[in-house]
Amino acid sequence: MPTTLTAFADVTTSDSALRRFLHGLPGVDAVGLEARAAALGTRSIKTTAKAYAIDLAISMIDLTTLEGADTPGKVRALAAKAVHPDPTDRTTPMTAAVCVYPDMVATAKAALNGADVKVASVATAFPAGRAALPVKLADTRDAVAAGADEIDMVIDRGAFLAGRYLETYELIKAVKEACVREDGTAARLKVIFETGELSTYDNIRRASWIGMLAGADFIKTSTGKVGVNATPANTLLMLEAVRDFKAQTGIQIGVKPAGGIRTTKDAIKFLVLVNETVGEDWLTNEWFRFGASSLLNDLLMQRQKLSTGRYSGPDYVTVD
Amino acid sequence: MASLFEYAPAPESRSVVDIAPSYGLFIDGEFTDAADGKVFKTISPSSEEVLSEVAQAGAADVDRAVKAARKAFEKWSALPGSERAKYLFRIARIIQERSRELAVLETLDNGKPIKETRDADLPLVAAHFFYYAGWADKLDHAGYGANPRPLGVAGQVIPWNFPLLMLAWKIAPALATGNTVVLKPAETTPLSALFFADICRQAGLPKGVVNIIPGYGDAGAELVAHPDVNKVAFTGSTAVGKAIARQVAGTDKKVTLELGGKGANIVFDDAPIDQAVEGIVTGIFFNQGQVCCAGSRLLVQESIHDELLDSLKRRLSTLRLGDPLDKNTDIGAINSAEQLARITALAETGEAEGAERWSPACELPSAGYWFAPTLFTNVTQAHTVARDEIFGPVLSVLTFRTPDEAVAKANNSQYGLSAGIWTEKGSRILAVANKLRAGVVWANTFNKFDPTSPFGGYKESGFGREGGRHGLEAYLDV
Amino acid sequence: MSESSVRLNVFKTYKLYVGGKFPRSESGRVYEVSDSKGKWLANAPLSSRKDARDAVVAARKAFGGWAGTTAYNRGQILYRIAEMLEGRREQFVREVGEAEGLSKSKAGAVVDAAIDRWVWYAGWTDKIGQVVGGANPVAGPFFNLSTPEPTGVVTVVAPQDSSFLGLVSVIAPVIATGNTAVVIASEKAPLPALSLGEVLATSDLPGGVVNILSGKAAEMGPHLAAHQDVNAIDLAGADAALAKELEVAAADNLKRVLRPQPVDDWTADPGTHRMTAFLETKTVWHPTGSLGASGSSY
Repeated sequence: MPTTLTAFADVTTSDSALRRFLHGLPGVDAVGLEARAAALGTRSIKTTAKAYAIDLAISMIDLTTLEGADTPGKVRALAAKAVHPDPTDRTTPMTAAVCVYPDMVATAKAALNGADVKVASVATAFPAGRAALPVKLADTRDAVAAGADEIDMVIDRGAFLAGRYLETYELIKAVKEACVREDGTAARLKVIFETGELSTYDNIRRASWIGMLAGADFIKTSTGKVGVNATPANTLLMLEAVRDFKAQTGIQIGVKPAGGIRTTKDAIKFLVLVNETVGEDWLTNEWFRFGASSLLNDLLMQRQKLSTGRYSGPDYVTVD
Repeated sequence: MASLFEYAPAPESRSVVDIAPSYGLFIDGEFTDAADGKVFKTISPSSEEVLSEVAQAGAADVDRAVKAARKAFEKWSALPGSERAKYLFRIARIIQERSRELAVLETLDNGKPIKETRDADLPLVAAHFFYYAGWADKLDHAGYGANPRPLGVAGQVIPWNFPLLMLAWKIAPALATGNTVVLKPAETTPLSALFFADICRQAGLPKGVVNIIPGYGDAGAELVAHPDVNKVAFTGSTAVGKAIARQVAGTDKKVTLELGGKGANIVFDDAPIDQAVEGIVTGIFFNQGQVCCAGSRLLVQESIHDELLDSLKRRLSTLRLGDPLDKNTDIGAINSAEQLARITALAETGEAEGAERWSPACELPSAGYWFAPTLFTNVTQAHTVARDEIFGPVLSVLTFRTPDEAVAKANNSQYGLSAGIWTEKGSRILAVANKLRAGVVWANTFNKFDPTSPFGGYKESGFGREGGRHGLEAYLDV
Repeated sequence: MSESSVRLNVFKTYKLYVGGKFPRSESGRVYEVSDSKGKWLANAPLSSRKDARDAVVAARKAFGGWAGTTAYNRGQILYRIAEMLEGRREQFVREVGEAEGLSKSKAGAVVDAAIDRWVWYAGWTDKIGQVVGGANPVAGPFFNLSTPEPTGVVTVVAPQDSSFLGLVSVIAPVIATGNTAVVIASEKAPLPALSLGEVLATSDLPGGVVNILSGKAAEMGPHLAAHQDVNAIDLAGADAALAKELEVAAADNLKRVLRPQPVDDWTADPGTHRMTAFLETKTVWHPTGSLGASGSSY
């Protein structure tokens, strides 16, 4: 299997070449895509499979707080929860990461105190992405310098919708370079498309390809800040994109649905999508994440139900 | 399957359905034994477990049922349409209420996955009764002139692939238009029709309006031939359909036939590929391919053949075959040993004629009747597997170069029931759809059904339409 | 009847109308056609099964083009047939009068009704699709449209008694919707039918759309009823025994069969059933895109 992008070298040589490539991708039939996602949503995941899925889902969460009101105290509490999601049950897996604004990265890093939970930081003038390129790059470098393991950038939806695909591509490439640390290692880059603003599935497929060609480590649906965020259908579509990209280049890319995933039932549906679309290569938090906050408590309550046989309640999980 | 995320068994509970050890014929509102006392066993094709013993109708029983229907006809047809409508609405509602029970029953008796009976068969059954209930008092406005009259006694013979749904397609329009019914379910799947008899009882339907007579082909032939039957409706094989057409020649019996098919599913190089793959899978593996309108011939543009086949094979590898009651089962059992033998023989013919056979790694249960999802590539129009209806989970893959060639190959069949078109170009869809000689054309989708949508074939796929306003004509004297 | 005593008039050789041409029967056979009083009128071709076979080939060849013609254009052509008939009205009044033993005024009424029948069906060509087709409101995100389409090649056993109005009444509905026809004319009164071929040939009707054979329905019928490339059969002019025989034969490829029905009055409103008997309903589905459920609906 080739592990190279050379086959696509010509694609990004000009705006028109990139446009031709993106518009040559297979179209997406919305009803068919949504029907497939819905059909997979009817899988019945019970007992041992459910226990496995719950722990897997917990381990895939980017536990997120992205609010103007975030304080060091709030971030420390979040970090504590990420490390010990269920204080009553130490077998509970840690979440994959905490996800914060750049100015909270250092606080989060310190609070995690070396635990195996990554610090992800949004950057590039999240969530709207309306800033000059140097500002976006400075935002990114600042987060990386503060210790971010992962950067969640936003694309310029305005540029994309105006058809300036190459500009979108170049932005991602530039941010990718800004993720490189002084020691030569790099923060992993998640590229947020804000699928709710791209409006069409064809656009989501095209944006996915721009992101993958530009070097994204992850492609991510949404900021969580607009009306429509992650859905089974748009996540399925992005899974198909990373599947196809790996088949053609050998390069594996992760997927992160974010926003609107609140229940165990929802999370399991997404895991079924992963399982039946891209398979077990992606069934790890290295390649699949949930951008979520309230989801964790629902997973914990379901986990308690499975271990005790009783339905749990909100007072038996922490509010952080 | 991925070994990491192994789905635990998730069986639907059998306890929602209570199958009696034996059932009679349902004639004139009563369950009765066959005149000659004959019975037959109905088994679960996924386990070969005997589910029940059912009275087997013979000529005397057919006559009794037709007489009961004739007797009931006068009052039933004279009832105001609005009253007939309410009976049908009642039936629709009771079906909705009992849908889980009926879904489990159908899965047990037929072998198809619970996912399908629960999400496709039963909702469509209820919807069909609901739809035709609304027509019963609006027949003057149906476009067949003022006061169209019912025909009389309808003799209806249905197949085993969608037992309750085919019953609904037959009985709902017949009753809405004021006919009475004698229905013979298939010998391998009599149970849901007998449960439907109980639903008629719960709905308070007058005696004799619906009569259910389980039995074999001989009973069906008796029913078709009965001189006091005014209308014959048959869904099944083209061979039997032709025999019926001969049988009714020279009589006044009105006939509708829904017969075989060899649907072409045409995939152009600009198709929405992921959805096309799903459509191909739905087209041929829905209900184990035991569907008259199955997309059993894949016509793929040569330029994307390899790519599409790779995607298709990868997708087939995720199909879950096994216990039909498991909610995660995609592929259930073949309905009978006889059907399995037919599928097996045709697949062997395909190999013998040089087509290339492929199936995903797939463990078949030891008991019951099973056939792995199967693809044949390197198939040409001359291969038996490209011409004969297999009625099983077997897809024949052919290629084409141009739209004209696709249309020519698609139409090169004695059948003309269904076809599929996959392309993102709107004008190509309309042009190709226009040229296909098929009664149902699914563009960028496949195997969709709705009570408002007329269904039926061209050529040897039969005549008449079921569903929609068109479906009324079969039961009216127009 | 203004025959001059000094001038011998010119007889017409009646010929078949097949594929837009006027052949004799390939068999070389003819039979005597007499008027209602037994007076010899002409020798009509006694068509063979091979003539019938040739007619099917012609009808099949013409089908794609005729079915693909716009409904408007088919209407124009059917109307043109009426125009051409009007111009040859006197000829048909004479032939119908001789064939059916009608007075001149009665024969004239029959011919007028036949002309008007063409006009009636000319108007139907672009309306039948709206009347019997349409959108179906399915419960899902799909556009769903049912459209009537012609069945294909239709064999028509024309009425025996009503040699012209009956004939027109069974041919016009078949071709109005885009089918092509192989017609077996009234056995004892085939001359108006054979003359109709001359009208059709000059009415912009493409060759092969209507093919007219004279001879014995009992001889040609079984071959046409069993023919695998014929899609339907109208048994209007078959007696009960022949109708049954032909219906049985027609089952071989599941032809659509229109059984003979008693017609008291060919001038009555014909309704639509003779058109719908030879129409297929094609239903096409296409996704519409769900509306907003996921924010990405197109």
